[in-house]
Amino acid sequence: MSDKGFVLILGAKSDMAQSIAREYAGLGFNLYLAARNVADLESLQSDLQIRHQVEVRLLEWDALKLEEQSNFYQGLAPAPVGVVTALGFLGDQTQAQQDAALAQKILQSNFNALVAVLEPIAADFEQKQSGFIVGISSVAGDRGRKANYIYGSAKAGFSAYLSGLRNRLAEADVQVLTVKPGFVATKMTAGMDLPEKLTAQPEQVAKMVVKAQQKGRNVIYVKPIWWLVMLIIRHIPEVIFKKMSI
Amino acid sequence: MMSCPQKNLAGWGRFPRSTSKACSVQSAQEIAGFLDEEGDVIAYGNGRSYGDSAIADKQIVTRKLNHFLQFDKESGILRAQSGILLSEILQVAVPHGWFLAVTPGTKLITVGGAIASDVHGKNHHHFGSFSQSVLDLKLMLPNGEIIDCSENENRDWFHSTCGGQGLTGVILEARLQLKPIKSQNIEQTTIKSASLQETFAAFEDYQASPYSVAWIDCLAKGKNLGRSLLMVGDFATDGDLDYRSPRGPAIPFNFPKFALNRLTLSAFNWLYYHKVRKKISQQMVSIDQFFYPLDALSNWNRIYGKDGFVQYQFILPKEHSYQGLQEILQIIAASGKGSFLAVLKLYGKHNANWLSFPMEGYSLALDFKVEPSLWGLLERLDEVVVKCGGRFYLAKDARVPKAVFEQGYPQIEQFRAFRRQHGLDKTLNSRQSVRLGL
Repeated sequence: MSDKGFVLILGAKSDMAQSIAREYAGLGFNLYLAARNVADLESLQSDLQIRHQVEVRLLEWDALKLEEQSNFYQGLAPAPVGVVTALGFLGDQTQAQQDAALAQKILQSNFNALVAVLEPIAADFEQKQSGFIVGISSVAGDRGRKANYIYGSAKAGFSAYLSGLRNRLAEADVQVLTVKPGFVATKMTAGMDLPEKLTAQPEQVAKMVVKAQQKGRNVIYVKPIWWLVMLIIRHIPEVIFKKMSI
Repeated sequence: MMSCPQKNLAGWGRFPRSTSKACSVQSAQEIAGFLDEEGDVIAYGNGRSYGDSAIADKQIVTRKLNHFLQFDKESGILRAQSGILLSEILQVAVPHGWFLAVTPGTKLITVGGAIASDVHGKNHHHFGSFSQSVLDLKLMLPNGEIIDCSENENRDWFHSTCGGQGLTGVILEARLQLKPIKSQNIEQTTIKSASLQETFAAFEDYQASPYSVAWIDCLAKGKNLGRSLLMVGDFATDGDLDYRSPRGPAIPFNFPKFALNRLTLSAFNWLYYHKVRKKISQQMVSIDQFFYPLDALSNWNRIYGKDGFVQYQFILPKEHSYQGLQEILQIIAASGKGSFLAVLKLYGKHNANWLSFPMEGYSLALDFKVEPSLWGLLERLDEVVVKCGGRFYLAKDARVPKAVFEQGYPQIEQFRAFRRQHGLDKTLNSRQSVRLGL
């Protein structure tokens, strides 16, 4: 076990989360990997422990059980020195337009659950005056589009939440990093026809995220070209934008 | 289900090329899904087999099936998923005083690939092949069933899978017995020999040395025929286990066709041979210098140009080795084709695997740039190998004719019958297995 403390990774099963776990283990941090059916991560656990001589603990965690989030965090001993939220549920937009339960699930997974779990963490970090919070949001939150606006609006809410949290915790010297990935080649996007130049590999995202966190950054786009893409998309006048299909 | 992008794939020799589906997998479940589909499929590790043994319509790419599962630092037993590279094992094992019991001349291959080719190394005459260090393995059959195989359990599956080029199933994980070392340094002795006869004598004289291999000047003629540098060695005992893998330069582009010709090849071979002045010299070298000199040069396969190259590796039974090698080296030297360095090695006894390459005798490995005039030369060499009772190495092969290949493997019919009996030949096929009727 290393003495650098534990990083908590929420939604640890996603490809991005696993790559981020690798990066932190490589830096010598111990890990809490939290996910549903977390036993699936046993081979990753042994792998990180053998490669990096850190301690990796698996935690059964259900993002959607909102009322349990405070207890979940209190149960962590020792408390983590940082947290990364890497859960995301894309869902099917067209289906969600007719299926209220699905729409709710998209909103809950990408917004409500994160607020529920991050609030007690933020309070603890604020009081300790140390810690970092990395929130993986999305460029989809930068402007609502018909292709994925339910997911996008949850991400927009999450980005605004992180921005506010950053403002609140700045005084306590707690870092809040908002990550806005564009397309990432993961299980979530498998089968989609993604443009190569705009698509990042999960390993690449992980490297950028951990580097940005270690450097104390606030908001990053991955790949960086997305900053420009979204700058343009955000500035298209609504009269034109509403008729577009992008 | 993960997607399978179409890719233009080839083995390490970059010949032959094929447009195939590359399906990257991270779990046994995903592999089962791909095995269930129509069409020929074969496992693909890190793409270091030279020819077409891991090329099919659809490849199951195992590089992301790469978790260490267990490592007992006391006993040196390591359990790992099949997509782990040998280089990753070294990073974990060497600092604790453990090394691969068998390693080939590159560490950039997967564990699954090492088993499927039953690779060997400089210590074959002492220890045998990679499978000798495999305690057991898990194999997924085409129907998705997973079986354990070892010398004691499902022996036929073990002996057909080790060296079986992925044609019996997809290897999921293996348990390896590592070998204890006291240092990351190797005490190396280099013996310079002026002729084939001297080279053979040197191999015999240094048989007691656990590691040995010779670089031979394949373009030397007449009385210099078969001159070589024999390198033998063993691990030092100085307790230095602070292992860091070096990063070397890369070959950034394909060399143009004219770069490799009779003149540049003989000049290189001449310099390499004459750089060593003393008849016998001693050096202290690192693991990477001793075992993996070519890994220091990333993409060295580009030296042979965009049309690629074939590696021609054969082994001759000991009693016919001298005469056969003499004949083969004469043919090569006269042709003026050949490689920067040819590798000669004395092997120990063969093992129980049905398609493993090693047998007691001498093996020679040479690279040839692919060009139209090459095929006639290789056919002449094939004749000599067959006449001497030799055989070819599937992991290197891209072109051996079926009739030539099967003469070297007395258990080939057993392998074929086993594949038919278990219906393995319905889905698990590579370009190579189709070519050779495996």
